[in-house]
Amino acid sequence: MSLSAFKRALWVFHVPTGSCNGCDIEIVAALTPRYDVERFGIMLVGTPRHADVLLVTGTVTRPMAERLRRIYEQTPDPKAVVVVGGCGSTSGVFYESYNVAGPVDEIIPVDVYVPGCPVRPEAIIDGVVKAVAKLERPVAKERT
Amino acid sequence: MEETRTTFEIPVGPVHPALKENIRFTFRVEGERILGVDVKPGFVHRGIEYMGMRRNLIQVLYLSERICGICSISHPIVLVQAVEQAAGIEVPPRAQYIRVIVSELERLHSHLLWAGVAAHELGFDTLLHLSWKVREAVMDILEELTGNRVDYAIPIYGGVRRDISPEQMPKVSEMIRYYRGLFEELSDTFLRDPSVEARTRNVGVLEPEEAHELLAVGPTARASGLRKDVRQDWPYLVYGDMDVRALTPEDHGLEVRGDVFDKIVVRLLEVAQSLDLIERCMEEMPDGEITSFPKLPALLAHLKKAEGEGIGRHEAPRGEVIHYVRLEAGQEGPSVWKVKAPTYSNLMPWVPMFEDQEIADIPIIAASIDPCMCCMDRVHVVRSGRPEEWTKQELLRRSWEKTRRLCG
Repeated sequence: MSLSAFKRALWVFHVPTGSCNGCDIEIVAALTPRYDVERFGIMLVGTPRHADVLLVTGTVTRPMAERLRRIYEQTPDPKAVVVVGGCGSTSGVFYESYNVAGPVDEIIPVDVYVPGCPVRPEAIIDGVVKAVAKLERPVAKERT
Repeated sequence: MEETRTTFEIPVGPVHPALKENIRFTFRVEGERILGVDVKPGFVHRGIEYMGMRRNLIQVLYLSERICGICSISHPIVLVQAVEQAAGIEVPPRAQYIRVIVSELERLHSHLLWAGVAAHELGFDTLLHLSWKVREAVMDILEELTGNRVDYAIPIYGGVRRDISPEQMPKVSEMIRYYRGLFEELSDTFLRDPSVEARTRNVGVLEPEEAHELLAVGPTARASGLRKDVRQDWPYLVYGDMDVRALTPEDHGLEVRGDVFDKIVVRLLEVAQSLDLIERCMEEMPDGEITSFPKLPALLAHLKKAEGEGIGRHEAPRGEVIHYVRLEAGQEGPSVWKVKAPTYSNLMPWVPMFEDQEIADIPIIAASIDPCMCCMDRVHVVRSGRPEEWTKQELLRRSWEKTRRLCG
């Protein structure tokens, strides 16, 4: 996928659902000068209602499950969900707990998984780029 | 009834752009003025202690690292101290130096991270980007020394897992030189910028008496003038030889006011202190073994036989971390594991800090204690799949019941 594939700016909303902060700080690292994703128009926004992509970090705890579902419903279509980190993808080390509702895909549909504990900023960027591909697909189909 | 018309409640969180993590504040406000605040934590509680008591000690070590990704060496360091105390394991001197070096590197990256977040909460995004840009230098060194940017997996019971090679030493010295060269610029931007000062001076004040009574820890307590630091008060590892002193704004020639500005001053001073500590450790580090149990099966066998209890404490970037561990012979995992994270002690100081402030200052005051919910959320009651809260009365009732039960 080349740079010309970025047809529009992509706004992301970050939802922590019980993460250990490791992936969360790497998301911020991806936004700041060394990795600087803003040059591609990828920007962190303050509400899911403005977002194209949800970046979900962490295994989902019981109190957060309902909130995650609501945030997903508040995000306008078309949208993509990127799970950042191993524990959001599979629950990782957080198994056999009374307060863990499960990995993210048991709560909401997921498009891209980015494994790693924690993921590197490069991997987060790659995950978001894959989400772009998913968001652009229906548009391309309409054109043909 | 007059009051009900002018006071309103504003909920903030659990997911809110002003917060990096999940917690809920309910502010009672009159116009722009905050009358009171109620804090409801518990959204990030994953039941780590419960999981840890069902796994073997090596697994618990990696689980403890995932209590918090920012203090990802503080928790393992405390856990290994507690287990070493319980099982009577000696740590070679070189390993102690390496533990100190990595934990000071962590303090460096954590304080720079906080400086960026604080600048962002003030709306000073240029400074956020500057802080995070310079933070990448210490992240590179952490990756060089440990193999990962976050979650270093360095401590193990009886030592550390990786040595620092002679080729890596000059890279660390270069990082120290880089930060020393930058320090003037950074402190100038934070401490002499009129907009930073206007937004943080006399905002979110925590009086020394309040800090003392509410048991604030770490930079939150030190910014209120309390000279309180585990490295100074209860030296462990090689901190006893390093003459670590708790730093307060007085060390910068300022009068202690306990506001957000003072918290910036303290964290900047600690960045310089950490640089000195790393440099000194690199110079004084002796040669030798890095672990007293080079073979993991031998370590596991020793731990399985061990019986006893231990307490570990460490000055994490946010304050004092305590782990309590009880080991029983024949059992692979701990029979009791209790974690007390710094943010837990720093929650109550939020109440006086928020009082009589403006709504616009909520983000910076919330950020000023450098909260870390994933460390802090340790108790959560779940019954028939539904989380519930326990009130103080309920806990008191249970406590009385237990006394009655024990006394027959």
